[in-house]
Amino acid sequence: MYSGINISQTDARPMYLQIMEQIRARVAAGDWPPGKELPSIRALAAALNVSVITIKRAYLDLENEGVIVTRHGKGSFVADANGLAGELKEAQLQEHLEQAAGIGRQLGLTSEELAKRLRRALESK
Amino acid sequence: MTDKHIEMHGVRKSYRFFTLDDLSLDLAPGEVMGFVGPNGAGKSTTLRLAMGLVAPDAGEIRVLGQPMPAASAIAKREVGYVSADMHLLPNATLGWHMDFVKSIYPGWDAGYAAALVKRFNLRPGQNARSLSLGERIKAVLLLTLARRPRLLVLDEPTTGLDPVARHEVITEFMDVLHDDSRSILFSSHNTVDVERISDRITFIDRGRLVESSNKEDFLDRWRRIQLQLPEGAALPALPDLVSRNQDGRFVTLVTDQFSDGFAALLAPHVREVQRMSLEEIFVANVMRHREVRGS
Repeated sequence: MYSGINISQTDARPMYLQIMEQIRARVAAGDWPPGKELPSIRALAAALNVSVITIKRAYLDLENEGVIVTRHGKGSFVADANGLAGELKEAQLQEHLEQAAGIGRQLGLTSEELAKRLRRALESK
Repeated sequence: MTDKHIEMHGVRKSYRFFTLDDLSLDLAPGEVMGFVGPNGAGKSTTLRLAMGLVAPDAGEIRVLGQPMPAASAIAKREVGYVSADMHLLPNATLGWHMDFVKSIYPGWDAGYAAALVKRFNLRPGQNARSLSLGERIKAVLLLTLARRPRLLVLDEPTTGLDPVARHEVITEFMDVLHDDSRSILFSSHNTVDVERISDRITFIDRGRLVESSNKEDFLDRWRRIQLQLPEGAALPALPDLVSRNQDGRFVTLVTDQFSDGFAALLAPHVREVQRMSLEEIFVANVMRHREVRGS
């Protein structure tokens, strides 16, 4: 029984988005490698106690994003498009950089100061 | 012939102080339909009509393809119905009840029944009289689920259960749906449960169907929009508003036809666009319905 995915009732996002986000994270982290078969829609619905239509919606949107592929009658699989996990990481990096830039601006840091801070973070690793 | 599990068309049932009118709904195999309405809205009456326990004054009802109530005996073999007014024999044990149901229904799954006894923390040797309310509800559900009916009709199945028992019971409902040829129609006041496990949701109020739709559609279409208007500005005319509240320059709109275009129309004034919970949608929907009906 698959139960690693959580649905929060205090999360303002709809359930299908919460499920999508957690599947994307597993794909990005490589825990769910390309070609891995996803739980069937009904199996995941039963495991999460969530309606079938909600899981269908999450899978459909993940398919449109290119994260998974669905083969009729066979099930859904993590897409093996080249560098998909890389693309997700890329998007994640972009998001974090934008956040850092925003906070830097709030703190009144100049571009040079912010770049220096990033360099220091890289060196400390 | 269709393969719908439940079909109701233009059903009417009149009582002295209550009339259920013009009710149409259908349920497909593999679906869960949540049936939501205030007390006295006609939920139980609708479920009893579907079960053939009462005959409609007008309209047509088919369950598993069989006309109701004429063929209710046939349909009932494959339908599991649970309501709050079902009683167990007080001096008989749960085990006795299990044997009894097993002797009537050939589809009884003894292995599943034994597993449910464990999962629900019940004791087969215990007399029904000494069961707590929660245990009694779980016992009745066990006696129904272990028959493995194709259609489950559940009237307020989680009312009176504590959160842990509710979780146990809902897990079993969802387990039923591993099999896409089975379906569930359940009524509930608990909109959190309904929102979570239903594929389709039907609202009913004062004997009339308010709306019946795919759950994701409901949640996608309804939004609460908070606006702040510039000094002296008037709001553009907007179609599809469910409600509108103005407090000086601050306006709260509720729509059931939200789209990106809708948001674009108001863009410069929007402070926040909020999704709504099923409970909020339900209340707003019922209030509008009552206004339209002029009461």
